[in-house]
Amino acid sequence: MRAFVVALGLILLLGSVAGGFTVEEEVLFPPAGQPGRELSILSTTDTDVMRPVIEAFQAANPGIAISYTVANSQEVYAAINDEGKAFDLVISSAMDLQMKLANDGFAAPVRSALSEALPGWARWQDRLFAFAQENVVLIVSRKALGAHQLPQTRRDLIELLRDDPGLFRGRIGTYDPARSGAGYLFATQDVRQSDSFWRLAEVLGGLSPRLYTSSNEMISDLKHGRLVLAYNVLGSYAGPRLADNKDDVVVELEDYTLTLLRTGLVPRTARHPELGGAFLDFLLSPNGRQLIREKAGLPPIDGAALFASPHLRPMRLDPGLLVFLDAFKRKAFLDEWESALNRK
Amino acid sequence: MNRASVSLRLRLVLQLLGIAAVLAIVLYFTVRTVADEAAEATQDGVLGAATLAISESLQGGDDGVNVDLPYEAFSILGSISADRVFYRITTGDDTLTGYPDLPQPPKTDAAAAPVFYTMPYRDTEVRIAAVVRTVLVARKPVPVMVMVAQTRQGQEAIAQSVAQRAAAIGLGSFVLAAALSLLTAGNVLGPINRLADAVGRRGPQDLRAVDHPTPVELRPLITALNGFIARLRGALSRTETFIAEAAHHIRTPLATVRARAEIALRQSNSEETRETLRAVIRAVEESSRSAGQLLDHATVVARSDRLADEAVDLARLIAAQSEAFAPTADLKDLTIRMSVEPVVVQGDRALIEAALRNLIDNAVKYSPPETTVELTLRRDGAAVVEVADRGRGLGGQGTSRLTKRFARGENASDVIGSGLGLTIVSEVAAAHGGRFEIVDREGGGTCARLLLPLA
Repeated sequence: MRAFVVALGLILLLGSVAGGFTVEEEVLFPPAGQPGRELSILSTTDTDVMRPVIEAFQAANPGIAISYTVANSQEVYAAINDEGKAFDLVISSAMDLQMKLANDGFAAPVRSALSEALPGWARWQDRLFAFAQENVVLIVSRKALGAHQLPQTRRDLIELLRDDPGLFRGRIGTYDPARSGAGYLFATQDVRQSDSFWRLAEVLGGLSPRLYTSSNEMISDLKHGRLVLAYNVLGSYAGPRLADNKDDVVVELEDYTLTLLRTGLVPRTARHPELGGAFLDFLLSPNGRQLIREKAGLPPIDGAALFASPHLRPMRLDPGLLVFLDAFKRKAFLDEWESALNRK
Repeated sequence: MNRASVSLRLRLVLQLLGIAAVLAIVLYFTVRTVADEAAEATQDGVLGAATLAISESLQGGDDGVNVDLPYEAFSILGSISADRVFYRITTGDDTLTGYPDLPQPPKTDAAAAPVFYTMPYRDTEVRIAAVVRTVLVARKPVPVMVMVAQTRQGQEAIAQSVAQRAAAIGLGSFVLAAALSLLTAGNVLGPINRLADAVGRRGPQDLRAVDHPTPVELRPLITALNGFIARLRGALSRTETFIAEAAHHIRTPLATVRARAEIALRQSNSEETRETLRAVIRAVEESSRSAGQLLDHATVVARSDRLADEAVDLARLIAAQSEAFAPTADLKDLTIRMSVEPVVVQGDRALIEAALRNLIDNAVKYSPPETTVELTLRRDGAAVVEVADRGRGLGGQGTSRLTKRFARGENASDVIGSGLGLTIVSEVAAAHGGRFEIVDREGGGTCARLLLPLA
């Protein structure tokens, strides 16, 4: 009986917080003025990153409480797709899953002057809107690299790894596409861009790479000298964290550098879709863009920056993203990845 | 308003506008249909290509069917419109991958070429392409169906923009047609209006055949009108002939009666009888005059269509007339004074003679005894004949009133007259392109003035 009560308590606790999907963190921001409506946001972005933006929004819109729930991208997708949770805004860096939610009809239309002013590549229909563009980069410890030149392209990188396998063995990091949604997205987009990805995978496979599920872990390990370089790291995280460290550098490969779009959508199940839309508009407003850049440390949507850097390839928000979510396609890709990695 | 009396122009314009409206509506629906079909064909083409590309990526094997979705198949769907995409791959009733609730084709005999169908799916309507491909699984052929669906928002957006444009085109063509129909109506009705004008402008005496250039369609009208005019002219001319004949036939016996009465007057001794005979003679004289005037008038009417064109010596004619009236004037102790320049005009002698006769006759008739009638002929831009008397004047009536047929001065009821005299003068003047006027004369009496153009 006692065990049952504890179990029930645990279930209630988990249920009250998450209701099925796994929540990493849930923070309630009380309203600036009189308590009124509550805006609920489900996001993959850490609370600390978004806190300045949330507080500025509340200052501009007194009376709105915000509950900010953080989960990983798979859980965010499941919360909406499988469980039909009632959130007013869903923010995720997993473009493919966001695209699938929008395509499968889970997103409500949002029409505003700011959302319609977004360039075509940064939105899909009136359902899915990007508010940050983040480059997927290579990070390198220059000190560990020694006399070697910094690689500027994937071809340079492959040659570098082949030239000095002793230096790199066990000291290369990248995402594990089987365990990380972001890693899977980056790897499959790499495959779309160039065949050199498979050659890179084969070379990596010979060097016993360390496989991660988050950019932050890779950045940490590089800073602590456990890695010489890490491939496919989110530049928006690496840039600020490596800024005070002259030994570690962020490299945007010149053959191409993927650009991830962090997107938001208002689910059909939203209790207050107008609040979700208002927060989205705030993210796209000049004030919001400035906060995203300066306080959140994320690059806001900027077509001119893309145009100025021809090596940047924003991932396209179109149904093509659905292809790699297909079970057959995923299995085929992961099989190929395994076999490339394990080839001697 | 009576339907038959509606303006031709209005009728024509309304009917042309009606036709233009119908054509504009037909145009609108034609453009829409064609555009809708084109948009659907475009979507079908891309859907079909995507379906075939996926079906070509199907692979058999010992452990089942394998699918390698080509990235481009979906990416291309995204490139024609931002529409939602669904897919489903089945063997029999088993869904291998994709959306298991995507509807299968209504007829299950989907072939190697894609079949297309439109179905409601989830919260919207989708266009679906389905194709069947046979794959060897464990050396047995297994039919695999590939279905790719796309929502129709892009197509509807195209249809909507096309509909708007089609509406604009329809409206534009209607406005253009309206302008053209106004122009056409004016153009078509022009000849009718010109003919109506030409007929309307004719004077009351103008009985010439209508010789206006008209379109073929109006010829029967013109022919009928000319026939009518010819009959009218014939009737008029018969009437005038009849009057002339009648006057002639009356004059001759009147002359006999007058001759007999004069003889009887001379032979009679009874003053009473003589008085009666004098009255008879006066009456006969008046009747004879009236008959003469009727004859003159008939002559004028009959000849004014086809005037003789000869040199007429007015001085001589006036002298002759003055001489002819001398006996009558003597009876009233009138003096006829002539002041004549030699003037020759071009015209019809008989008509001019009749006019002069009636002028002088009028003057002699209305002059009181022992006065003077002055005949003047001079040249003053035209040939001007003036006959002035000291009669009772016009009594305030103008030329136009007095020259009406059978109209007589209101102050002339005690003098016998037909009222035709001045009418004859006026008609002769008009027939020659001249003018006739009567004015009161200073010191009493009237001055009748006949102006004829010089030769």
